[in-house]
Amino acid sequence: MKGGLILSWLVIVLVLLWAVVPGVFTGYDPIAGVPAEKLQAPGAEHLFGTDAVGRDMFARVVHGAVHSLSGAFVAVAVGLVLGTLLGLLAGSAGGVLDAVVMRVVDVLLSVPGLLLALTVIILLGPGTVNVAIAVGIGSVAAFVRLSRSEVVRVRRTDYVEAAFGSGGRFPVVLWRHVLPNSLGPVIALAALQFGVAILAISTLGFLGYGAEPPTPEWGLLIAEGRNYLATSWWLTTLPGAVVVAVVLAASRISRSIAKEGP
Amino acid sequence: MSLLDVRDIAVSYDGRRAVEGISFTVEPGEVVAVVGESGSGKTTTAHAIIGLLPRNASLDAGQILLGENDLATWSARRMESVRGAQIGLIPQDPSNSLDPVKTIGAQIGEVLRIHKRGDRGTIRRRVVELLARVGLPDPQARARQYPHELSGGMRQRVLIAIAIALEPRLIIADEPTSALDVTVQRRILDLVDDLRAEFGTAVLLVTHDLGVAASRSDRLVVMKDGRVEEQGTTREVMSAPAAEYTKRLLGDAPALSARPFKDAAAAEPAIVVRDLVKEFRVGRSSFLAVDGASFEVPRGTTHALVGESGSGKTTTARMVVRFTEPTSGTVSIAGAPDDRRFRRHVQLVYQNPYGSLDPRQSIADIVEEPLRNFRLGDRATRRARVGELLDRVALSRDLLTRRPRELSGGQRQRVAIARALAAGPEVIVLDEAVSALDVTVQAQILDLLEQLQRDLGLTYLFISHDLAVVRQISHTVSVMNRGRIVESGTTRQVFTEPRHEYTRELLAAIPEPVR
Repeated sequence: MKGGLILSWLVIVLVLLWAVVPGVFTGYDPIAGVPAEKLQAPGAEHLFGTDAVGRDMFARVVHGAVHSLSGAFVAVAVGLVLGTLLGLLAGSAGGVLDAVVMRVVDVLLSVPGLLLALTVIILLGPGTVNVAIAVGIGSVAAFVRLSRSEVVRVRRTDYVEAAFGSGGRFPVVLWRHVLPNSLGPVIALAALQFGVAILAISTLGFLGYGAEPPTPEWGLLIAEGRNYLATSWWLTTLPGAVVVAVVLAASRISRSIAKEGP
Repeated sequence: MSLLDVRDIAVSYDGRRAVEGISFTVEPGEVVAVVGESGSGKTTTAHAIIGLLPRNASLDAGQILLGENDLATWSARRMESVRGAQIGLIPQDPSNSLDPVKTIGAQIGEVLRIHKRGDRGTIRRRVVELLARVGLPDPQARARQYPHELSGGMRQRVLIAIAIALEPRLIIADEPTSALDVTVQRRILDLVDDLRAEFGTAVLLVTHDLGVAASRSDRLVVMKDGRVEEQGTTREVMSAPAAEYTKRLLGDAPALSARPFKDAAAAEPAIVVRDLVKEFRVGRSSFLAVDGASFEVPRGTTHALVGESGSGKTTTARMVVRFTEPTSGTVSIAGAPDDRRFRRHVQLVYQNPYGSLDPRQSIADIVEEPLRNFRLGDRATRRARVGELLDRVALSRDLLTRRPRELSGGQRQRVAIARALAAGPEVIVLDEAVSALDVTVQAQILDLLEQLQRDLGLTYLFISHDLAVVRQISHTVSVMNRGRIVESGTTRQVFTEPRHEYTRELLAAIPEPVR
């Protein structure tokens, strides 16, 4: 394993630990601030500084991990499950069904992802879960395309034909041979989408469609810090840096999965 | 002094020794054949000589003397002046070795341009000359064509033209004909022979095919597991092999064994094929892949369908196992039901044992699959049956938990055969089932197939391009050419008294080990 990949895994494991046991990493309260300590620059006392009401920014980032990560998980799960099922169906059935599904996917792909997510939010209403579902639906098209192309490839292999030759029925062969052998690149895309979803959820949070204040969701943190951009750079830069690190790490891990297979 | 003198070279991949203590010489104008099975290190040796080892390989020891120069000590940059000019290479796979986006003329011209042989006009004239020399009709038109417009044999001729462009003193031919049909193979080997006679070029022929090596070389170097087992003049090695391994190799090579013909038994037919036609549509036009094929296979015997690529033999096989619908005509298999249970009765074994086993499943799961599909027995009896099947194909039960990629080619083909046997079929269609295997492994699989036929009374339809293998295993033969069966009969008749011109041409193309 190369150094970059090890670092990427370390980043992901660290933020996962933040989400699971935030108390281990910080003793400060993410919601209740100490007004006397407002807008302090990063230092030994407050690693990421404090915001306008004296809340420790590092504590808010650590406690915010669970919101951003679970949102990303839901988004990826929605995209992965819906997309793979549709791709499997289209790729293995072929014919009219394939054509219809793929043309719908073409339409979805022609709409910018964020716009699509915003449209879905307007239909579902704002909120953490709805934002995640919206981002997930925005990524379904990519999953359908990839999984369909894999299914079409695997369906042409000798071992799938041999499975039919062994008396296998269509759904059994699909489940036992086609699906497992098609999943490799799809898993790699899921890892990549994880980073993309964090970014999209943060963006939507920043725009005010996601979590309500004072939830320390990462996008919301950056949005709140925007008002102090001129005087207190750390309020936007440090949470932003965390988002960038996680997205880069997810992309690096995705590349390694794509290369070696899961 | 020898033209090429390889002394005690050793090559390792990622620190693991692959080839060790290889020494041999090539005299001017001589053909030396390096023979061995896959993994014997023959290609590694060839690549070491021409300085084209992959990046994870290193030449650890030894000298490679080309005339006075020791190539082993030369830098990659300096080797560039040798490649093409002094040593030409004919690569293995004609379909992968040409650049698909450049014309044939540009690719031959490239080697002349790199070594600065004349201006553009001279190079263009020389390219046409070379194409004519390697026997391509209408060379001027060929020079303007792209690789995909040429057949496999024509592409191999282009690669030969590139190899001889600078009239090197030595040509390394790495399996130059393995990907070609037998009649094409023969013409290509004849061409290499002619060029050698004309220019006095020495040839280092790397091949797995003992028949080709024996019929075309002056001296033989037999390799196994990265070492030289035996070397000497071809006549000596062929008539009195010293090493145990060479003896086995000679015994296993179907082209060289003189087993008696099998006589067809008089039994009721298990497979009856009548006027089978398959038409494929390509855009608006269509062509007949199979054009009125008819044959019968008596129960418990082997019928071979022989032909070159594009002859329609695989399409016929696929119609017999009902993977392809015939356009017209019938296939009837005695006792086979018409529904899904047909697959309990008729099984197909594929050419490529790497592609026909699901890479994610264990060997036990793969062999058990037909039993599960047909709900034969409960879990425990199925597992017991899988164990028996593995015994039948002479595989250790330790392999049950392994994945296909951990197995050798021969072992994988045994697994494929075990799977085919699982549901107790009566007819097995073998589509080039031994073609991808080394000769010693091939001989073992053929023995296994014969034994299974004796024990279980199986009927085989054996698809092959390899006449030597067909001669050994089949009772009756049909020869196919361009979708038609041109000749049918017992193996003895077809091989000893061929009536059709095409059959005679095929038989003449089998490499004869006499020189």
